[in-house]
Amino acid sequence: MSDSLIRTPLYDEHVALGARMVDFAGFEMPVQYAGILEEHLATRESVGIFDVSHMAEFRISGEGAFDFLNATLTNDLNKIVDIGAAQYTLLLNDEGHIIDDLIVYNTGLEFLIISNASNRFQDWNWLYEHKPDDVEMFDETDRTGLIAVQGPKALEVLKQIFGPSWEPPRRFHIEPAAIEGKIDVLVARTGYTGEDGVEIVAHKDDIVALWRMLLSFPEVSPIGLGARDTLRLEMGYSLYGSDMDLTRDPISAGLGWACPKSKEGYIGCEALKAIREAGPVVRLVHLLVDKGIPRHGYPVLHEGKEIGVVGSGSHSPSLGKGMATAYVPAELAEPGTELEIRIRKRTVPATVVKPPFLVK
Amino acid sequence: MDMPKDRKYSIDHEWVVVEGDEATIGITEYAQDALGEVVYVDLPDEGETFAVGDTFGEVESVKSVSELFMPVSGEVIAINDSLADAPETINDDCYGDGWMIRVRIENESELADLLEAEAYLASIDE
Repeated sequence: MSDSLIRTPLYDEHVALGARMVDFAGFEMPVQYAGILEEHLATRESVGIFDVSHMAEFRISGEGAFDFLNATLTNDLNKIVDIGAAQYTLLLNDEGHIIDDLIVYNTGLEFLIISNASNRFQDWNWLYEHKPDDVEMFDETDRTGLIAVQGPKALEVLKQIFGPSWEPPRRFHIEPAAIEGKIDVLVARTGYTGEDGVEIVAHKDDIVALWRMLLSFPEVSPIGLGARDTLRLEMGYSLYGSDMDLTRDPISAGLGWACPKSKEGYIGCEALKAIREAGPVVRLVHLLVDKGIPRHGYPVLHEGKEIGVVGSGSHSPSLGKGMATAYVPAELAEPGTELEIRIRKRTVPATVVKPPFLVK
Repeated sequence: MDMPKDRKYSIDHEWVVVEGDEATIGITEYAQDALGEVVYVDLPDEGETFAVGDTFGEVESVKSVSELFMPVSGEVIAINDSLADAPETINDDCYGDGWMIRVRIENESELADLLEAEAYLASIDE
């Protein structure tokens, strides 16, 4: 491994657990421990914990913070005026193309943005360049650690860590909490797996203790980025870089729901109006493959002709089938449309389905 | 690392059990461990013939795809059908139930180029 890769505060824990480490967005991250299939199923059936400390974290505060963010993010910030409320939203450029997707949390004291590790500097620079003087920004990425705790038994385990009087925040809400009365954390009822659970923000000096505390429960397994990808793809959740990038707009990407039509005055809004009126030329579709694993870059065909390429592609451990995303001409985007994917030397049928792949 | 002595090995991590003029072929424990959990195996049809070194199929895990190389030349006379529904058998029992194909050996002299267990172990130990 190169010396120039960044390590999260949990790096030594991953190595001690025998994780296979890889380069992800410049970070040295665990792709798997026991194995992707095993970790995937452990999260769906019990509890999985994920080191997501590499994700970008910014605090936005000051008098002008609300108006600034509402004018810069696509989703309607008025929907999260309640203290603790959070929402999924997009950061667009003037052309209406996607700089990043992220979650913004209203902690009551300020706004917390958690966004993709790969876009940390792009997000920061864009926000900083556009902010007015009465807004302060702090990059908390290096000062904090972040652990996701996901699975049907997650809340049971967390009650044992936070104490009998602890109640989890409501879904898409964030609240402070204290472990054993002394480790201060923020607990967000959000996640990227489709299972119930939370994401916990802690100071980087406390994150190892939290990780070990969670792992001390036999029902908890450490989960790497490999299973994180199969879990989110089964749910039809998009991944920046695979399912959308700076060349894509939210309408084509199937994320128009995060850009309410009634909201005006944010960066990219006019461009979106035009795209909505004209209708997108291509659309992101979800493709189910009966036998075989479609992978990034594989050709997608319609009646023998190449019409797109696979963006996200993997195996679904829960379904035992292949799953993929691809941008295809809008007229071929209806669920039920039969397409094909060329998997190296074979061509396999691929059916457009309405996400999620895994119906819970 | 398990390396049964009743068989020969190729440098590409396949094992070969010879019975008369037939050879049963699979992948070694080293290979299945490196792959991770196998989710898909692509095997040839009965009747297909291959030369030594030819790609006869593929084995896939979530994160990687590996080609399978013929350790000897021959005609495929049987394939392990159970792997279509239970590819993980390759991880669970790579030397037994995880066998992949059986071929009729075309050229017995090629067997001399295969490795004994100790030589194969030495080749992967660097």
